[in-house]
Amino acid sequence: MMHFSRPRMRSFAPIAGALLAAAGVAHAAPDLGQGVKQATNWTAIIMFAVFVVGTLFITKWAAAKTRSASDFYTAGGGITGFQNGLAIAGDFMSAASFLGISAAVFLDGFDGLIYAIGFLVGWPVITFLMAERLRNLGRFTFADVASYRFAQKPIRVFAASGTLVVVAFYLIAQMVGAGQLIKLLFGLDYWIAVVLVGILMMVYVLFGGMTATTWVQIIKAVLLLSGASFMAFSVLAQYNFSPAKLFQSATELHAKGDAIMGPGSFIKDPISAISFGMALMFGTAGLPHILMRFFTVPSAKEARKSVLWATTWIGYFYILTFIIGFGAIVLVGTNPAFKDAAGALLGGNNMAAVHLAQAVGGDVFLGFISAVAFATILAVVAGLTLSGASAVSHDLYATVFKKGQATSENELRVSKITTICLGIIAVLLGIAFEKQNVAFMVSLAFAIAASANFPVLFMSVLWKDCTTRGATVGGFLGLTTAVVLTVLSKSVWVDVLKHDAAIFPYASPAIFSMAVGFFGIWLFSITDKGPRARIDRAGFEAQEVRAETGIGAAGASGH
Amino acid sequence: MNEDIVQRVKADPNYQELKSSRSRFGWTLTWAMMIVYYGFTLLVAFNKEFMGTRIGDSVITWGIPLGLFVILFTVLITGIYVRRANSRYDALSDAIRAKVGA
Repeated sequence: MMHFSRPRMRSFAPIAGALLAAAGVAHAAPDLGQGVKQATNWTAIIMFAVFVVGTLFITKWAAAKTRSASDFYTAGGGITGFQNGLAIAGDFMSAASFLGISAAVFLDGFDGLIYAIGFLVGWPVITFLMAERLRNLGRFTFADVASYRFAQKPIRVFAASGTLVVVAFYLIAQMVGAGQLIKLLFGLDYWIAVVLVGILMMVYVLFGGMTATTWVQIIKAVLLLSGASFMAFSVLAQYNFSPAKLFQSATELHAKGDAIMGPGSFIKDPISAISFGMALMFGTAGLPHILMRFFTVPSAKEARKSVLWATTWIGYFYILTFIIGFGAIVLVGTNPAFKDAAGALLGGNNMAAVHLAQAVGGDVFLGFISAVAFATILAVVAGLTLSGASAVSHDLYATVFKKGQATSENELRVSKITTICLGIIAVLLGIAFEKQNVAFMVSLAFAIAASANFPVLFMSVLWKDCTTRGATVGGFLGLTTAVVLTVLSKSVWVDVLKHDAAIFPYASPAIFSMAVGFFGIWLFSITDKGPRARIDRAGFEAQEVRAETGIGAAGASGH
Repeated sequence: MNEDIVQRVKADPNYQELKSSRSRFGWTLTWAMMIVYYGFTLLVAFNKEFMGTRIGDSVITWGIPLGLFVILFTVLITGIYVRRANSRYDALSDAIRAKVGA
């Protein structure tokens, strides 16, 4: 697509482009860049201010309830399955999903659907294999589960590394995306946007902990789902609720014609397709900020309900984005008011959904959707920060340094200090990466989660012979392989480091790095004959009984 | 949790049933999900033409209902598991818990 190669059209592609590039979408992969600052949009700013004031009141209320480490990490375990399902959806449906997928549909039609499906299919795997076992074995972080029967120090150090690396890449992509998005939507300077996001996420997490984060995510999910529903409804209403008529009209108006109704360039080769699918499917089951949400509910039953609600909302949302993308083809793509002199979309293709908001709902609805897009980023970064803070305070400080002897007050204090540090680091990185290509970061986060966190969790819970050494070494091998292969792939080697050709030819490392992770865990476990290995294996029985029945689980049997 | 409870739970036929039945069910559904998703992906990778073929005279191609099917299947299969786990498996684990008094 030629309009992507022009600098001024590169907009806030970091978040959206990140995912598309990872998927091997040829035209979205080139370097991203700077959006043009728009006129200050007061409707959007006022609506966003209402959201901020509302969430700050919730934070104040949550702060009064956040006294112990348990309140901070898990909202005291008092979130219901329905609430948690919405919060998970709010945690997971990023601005990249909303703007990026609708832009992909706007550009290529059917290809956007292939992409959306990848983000959904990890949820059943979490449900069938992980959710209740996580709830039964863990308290605050996924490291509690992975280290249940192992020597604490090595596994916690690994899990904290896995968490912080995933959180860092995800967070940078979100911060850069937020800055670009706000420059476009609100007409504010990049750095103001990044600082604003940093301060707000710090305030939510610092004072309101998991309770405030959960409610920010719930409110954001409700707003995003309502806004997207309204847009899809308005589009379909113009075609008498006949998708066939909408598709008919779209094929007549789109430059690619009938080609938008079938697969295009999205899937280049089967290995990239499968590999990318694996990163999304198993990466979802290894994202620390998502896994952490399973500890906020009181029982395994509620954990299962929450994942069913989350899957339902996320699936519904992706169907909406598909309709929204087609709506943009017919209502935005044809309207000269949304285009520049050269016929390209104002602000870049990722603005398709935002322009559609104006087309179907006027300026007020445009303001609403802009505010929702910003709120979406806030909810995601708050969840990420909380998860990073827990890895430092619970896994490193309380368990590794204090050997489990830290008081709840001290642990809570360390979490808060870490939150402030993470907030500052996130802002600095967000500013440092302003002009960098961060397209690879979200997909790298998924690949690491799939290749390091997921194999360790999976093998420690389900494989009797897994040992401390196997899990630690295998986990680090998976992590390293995912990072190295990503650096050697087109998205970093060519697009960031400006080499001529990629050394690693596929779009995602997951199929190889997951194999390395699992093989490493297996090999370094079965060859492990040390005294610790005997303890590790002997601990499996008790772990299994608790994982299966919940006997002894935190909060489940009232102790 | 002490060793005594672990051994008593393991000796409980309900526990054996819970473990084997849930594991079988969970893995069956996991494989079903993988077959559906990777089947769809491979169909896109190897048979783009079919996915872009119109169904009869309609503008709608085979790819669209198949894609929607994967989304609905994902939600449904999750629902099927949760339904069974929240009734049958929870009843079994409640029974196990009551027996050992934990």
